[in-house]
Amino acid sequence: MQGVEGFMYPNEVELQWSLLIVLYPYITGLVAGAFILASLERVFKVEAVRPTYRLALLTALAFLLVAPLPLQLHLGHPERSFEMYLTPHRSSAMAMFGFVYLWYLTVVLLVEVWLEYRADIVALAQSRTGLMGWIYKALTLGSYNVSPASRRIDDKVGYVVTVIGIPSAFLLHGYVGFIFGSVKANPWWSTPLMPIVFLFSAMTSGIAAVLTLYVVSMKLRRTPIDMRCLDTVAKYLFYMFVIDFSLEMLDLVHRTYEAGESFKSLDFMVHTRLWTSQVLVQILLGTLLPILLLAATQLRRFGEGLRRGLYLGASLLTLIGIFAMRWNVVVGGQLFSKSFLGYTSYKVEFAAREGLLPAVALMILPFAIFFVLVKLLPPWTGSKATEA
Amino acid sequence: MDLTRRELLTQCSKLLLLTATAAKALDSAGAPPGPDDTYRMADHWWGMIIDIDKCIGCGNCVRACSKENAVPDGFFRTWVERYQVSEGGEHPQVESPNGAINGFPPATREDLKSFYVPKICNHCVDSPCVQVCPVGATFLSPDGVVLVDTEYCLGCRYCIQACPYGCRYFHAGRQTVDKCSLCYHRITKGLTTACCENCPTGARQLVDLKNPKDPVHEFLRNNKVQVLKPQMATGAKVFYKNLDGSVR
Repeated sequence: MQGVEGFMYPNEVELQWSLLIVLYPYITGLVAGAFILASLERVFKVEAVRPTYRLALLTALAFLLVAPLPLQLHLGHPERSFEMYLTPHRSSAMAMFGFVYLWYLTVVLLVEVWLEYRADIVALAQSRTGLMGWIYKALTLGSYNVSPASRRIDDKVGYVVTVIGIPSAFLLHGYVGFIFGSVKANPWWSTPLMPIVFLFSAMTSGIAAVLTLYVVSMKLRRTPIDMRCLDTVAKYLFYMFVIDFSLEMLDLVHRTYEAGESFKSLDFMVHTRLWTSQVLVQILLGTLLPILLLAATQLRRFGEGLRRGLYLGASLLTLIGIFAMRWNVVVGGQLFSKSFLGYTSYKVEFAAREGLLPAVALMILPFAIFFVLVKLLPPWTGSKATEA
Repeated sequence: MDLTRRELLTQCSKLLLLTATAAKALDSAGAPPGPDDTYRMADHWWGMIIDIDKCIGCGNCVRACSKENAVPDGFFRTWVERYQVSEGGEHPQVESPNGAINGFPPATREDLKSFYVPKICNHCVDSPCVQVCPVGATFLSPDGVVLVDTEYCLGCRYCIQACPYGCRYFHAGRQTVDKCSLCYHRITKGLTTACCENCPTGARQLVDLKNPKDPVHEFLRNNKVQVLKPQMATGAKVFYKNLDGSVR
């Protein structure tokens, strides 16, 4: 059979979870990571990252709004997906996604964004006219009180929401890892390390995304980049990436040393079908190279221009590397037979329902939403960033 | 025509009554046959026994299943594998050309141990596929059959990932997951499954583990039996006699 090597159970030849399911953990990871970066300023008082605070919140929101779309597009019956809210099956690792998602969207992110922007929204509601004026009026939710006392309350509530938000962000993405990690039938996925690896890779990719958006936004706005902020964000990116890479290596060493029933089959897969996407793209290009670049900036004092270039390059490589990691988990986990006797292959279609075209559209969409959000709720004016 | 009010009401009532009866009769005439009235789910606990030594790899079971259940081309509710194993048992050569729907070509290696392994959903008691379904569309019936409610399935395919045996597939026409139903429409009427009925050697038999008179009890007592992938702890209810250690 074409694309099949060795023996696959007959129903296994066709992959069930496609490129869209690769996007799902990638996007939720960016959300969780961006939020954790935002919380650095709010909860852990890392003042240096202030200029990215609002940007990180809007990044998280833009990606979170898109997060369920690849899943919806993938479902055979998307019109039935609401059943997950009405009759969730309590033993299913997937059933809670809707609730975790709604919790994170409504209780954490929307509330935090609203509290952060409330004073701006009130000012804009009073100064703007026409349609925009109405939109801002609606966004005030009827609350025009921006007295110092009320702002102090906003700040306190915002702090509490962020404190709740950190474990929620961990939950959101750790949970996505658990969906894969708890499939005992699949040795490529089934490891208790999976949620932890997902979590740290999420933080890595989220920080890289915010760093990239920050640098690009500042360039587009012809505004000087706050190098203290950029250095700090890059430092956190480096730390997170080192932890993430260590965890992945721990997983690899553990599997190799244990050499269980599935090891030979998986090892062969990594050396053949996953060689390019895992070894070359994920590990060499998308992990070791950005870690080396970031390590160089930590060890040597480069000029500002070079540092910016190195940070941006490392961030872009990181985003590619983490995408490759998601690909290798989701697609790699379906390329080998559960009989451990054969391999199938996966070719991405182009204009199909789960093809490259909708996937690219779904990856552009958060940036479009981000653009609208930035226009609606400017992260640069009146923010703590400018106060700082 | 002169009608009194009483006569008019009587005629209308008769018409209504007849229409309702006719509609009900039409409904039941068009509907698929339901379970036998005397069938009580609580009295049964279905499983299957498979005697490896009796399977000749003819593919009758696959053809019968495919026809009985209108299984889409390229997918299988049951299939047969041929194992060819060397002395050491390492690297077995396994094949199942198109699920063995047309049987097998002659074996090429005389020096290898060769045998056939019919595969089917194991209707597990602790089924991972049932566990992971986010809406409970797939479930274990009270009589021990793992079924899919196609009116409820989202088509997320998590269950396909969770099944260690590769027994589930995605039905493109229905856009839901599909699998062996153990011919539920037949067994609840006192019939056996299509695959068992069409097996010329009796290599596979439907068994009712709750029926004290079922030959399964003697089979399990007198033979060395094994389930597939026991390390998965799924509580599989398809019992194989003389299953080779190389079989996955």
